[in-house]
Amino acid sequence: MGKTIAEKIFAAHRRDNPSGENVVLDLDVVMCHEITTPIAINDLVERGLDKVFDPAKIKAVIDHVTPSKDSKTATQAKILRDWARRHKIIDFFDVGSNGVCHALFPEKGFVRPGYTIIMGDSHTCTHGAFGAFAAGVGTTDLEVGILKGVCSFRLPETMKIHIEGTLPKGVYAKDVILYIIKELTVNGATDKVIEFVGPVVDAMSMEARMTLCNMAIEAGGTCGVCMPDQVTARYLWPFIKDEYPSEEAAVEDFKKWHSDSDARYSSELTFDISQIVPQVTYGFKPDEVKDVTELEGTPVDQVYIGSCTNGRIEDLREAAQVLKGRKLAPGVRGILAPATPLVYTTALDEGIIQIFLAAGFCVTNPTCGACLGMSNGVLAAGEVCASTTNRNFNGRMGKGGMVHLMSPRSAAAAAVQGVITDHRTL
Amino acid sequence: MKKFSGSVLFLDRADINTDEIIPARYLTENSKLALRPFILEDLTLPGFDPSTDPQKAGVIVTRGNFGCGSSREHAVWVFEVNDINVVIAESFARIFRQNMFNCGMLAIELPPADIEALFKMGPEVEISVDIAKEIVQATGSTKATFAFHLNSFDKELVLAGGWLNYAAQKY
Repeated sequence: MGKTIAEKIFAAHRRDNPSGENVVLDLDVVMCHEITTPIAINDLVERGLDKVFDPAKIKAVIDHVTPSKDSKTATQAKILRDWARRHKIIDFFDVGSNGVCHALFPEKGFVRPGYTIIMGDSHTCTHGAFGAFAAGVGTTDLEVGILKGVCSFRLPETMKIHIEGTLPKGVYAKDVILYIIKELTVNGATDKVIEFVGPVVDAMSMEARMTLCNMAIEAGGTCGVCMPDQVTARYLWPFIKDEYPSEEAAVEDFKKWHSDSDARYSSELTFDISQIVPQVTYGFKPDEVKDVTELEGTPVDQVYIGSCTNGRIEDLREAAQVLKGRKLAPGVRGILAPATPLVYTTALDEGIIQIFLAAGFCVTNPTCGACLGMSNGVLAAGEVCASTTNRNFNGRMGKGGMVHLMSPRSAAAAAVQGVITDHRTL
Repeated sequence: MKKFSGSVLFLDRADINTDEIIPARYLTENSKLALRPFILEDLTLPGFDPSTDPQKAGVIVTRGNFGCGSSREHAVWVFEVNDINVVIAESFARIFRQNMFNCGMLAIELPPADIEALFKMGPEVEISVDIAKEIVQATGSTKATFAFHLNSFDKELVLAGGWLNYAAQKY
């Protein structure tokens, strides 16, 4: 019997089997941010266990509320900052060098095929785009990860999703994953790894694959995963060039992680996306998705482009194509949060930031920002936001606010029209 | 070990998410106790008042996919600091369920028919959980017993008082 990629990664990292259903894995990377880590740090200190298992395997960033907005968030940042210094954590990113964790850490080369990764953040599933097993966990799991370098998981079942056909013009990874979540529902993949395969995935950039895997959690999935291939090797090449004689050699080596052809899946689903149109959420759950044509004309007060889902350079380029030579519709607020400093500087070099500014957008520093209504861009009750983020829960971006999830190009179209718009008509 | 009994807060909806249990605006707190007043603040259900209803309860009974969304363990701590150490549901989101056991608390899954039977017993019901026997005992105007299954590892976490105690000893 063959193995899935998740089963191979589990087999290679197994520390313990505390029960027939559970495995304790050795971790390659423990990622930390300033919202879920400080309570773990404080608890370790109180217990007299203020240690880290391996400072080189811990990556930390202040990204949710940055620069700090008040005394409480300043304290959270300080706890993380002091801890990183105390334990000589080299890969710590503070104001000026910081960005949204799930965009920043891949960009720094911290994610590799076959890795096991945890973070106290549900969108950690993003990193499965590199052929890693990456899962969001709570603070206690994070605390044990920091201290001991291990985490327990139930043995994963894998759901295989074939994405067939060709991506229609104007349809993006965001539309594809919203379309899939609509079918899976918000708990259709609970306790499962979602393996994304097929010609559409093969043709996607790493940025698009990260968008795809980022939202696996919105269907309840533990991790989204793509097979590491030449696209993965090309993206990682600056970081792995000393480990392999050539990109081809890296691609060959990555194949050891690929799911076997006779691997067993809990289910297999096929989506032909050749005919789909841009997708938009309408309710308070990410599986409440409709074709954009059904929601056209819905007024918006704010447009938010950013986040770990869609704050990367490709996303900004797509939005800029719509915004070029256009202005925000009267009464609409536009906010752009490039996900990382590199995304920001690249966008500056390409003239993209100027396009956003000329259109009337506010451009913020790299941060999670409005996505979860913790810092800037919070909605007032009754306000509506067209957003490139990943979660439309009731109150997510501000109590009483409404969030419509969509692709960056759809969000840009809503910005200039003032209503939800099929961007293909512009 | 924590107390696994009490009167019941019924939450009659599936997919209750972590943002409803504890909104992100409170994640700037650095103490678990500070979360106490904000329990279920953004949950809107007919007849449910988040400022008074959770205070009386020791157990939550709810429908499917409870705790979906964010990884925030604050969603578990806010129950813990309100003396609610048991959630009984048709199913749980993975991270929430793990966070419960990691804190030495109980996330118990019962079939939809059993959950429905508990709902029918009404608001006066009291529940106590026997971990050794793996049964939920419900006492109201009638009495009922529901068997559940606890994975042996999850049970060990509860007995150890959580994952940190367990892991600090073993690894």
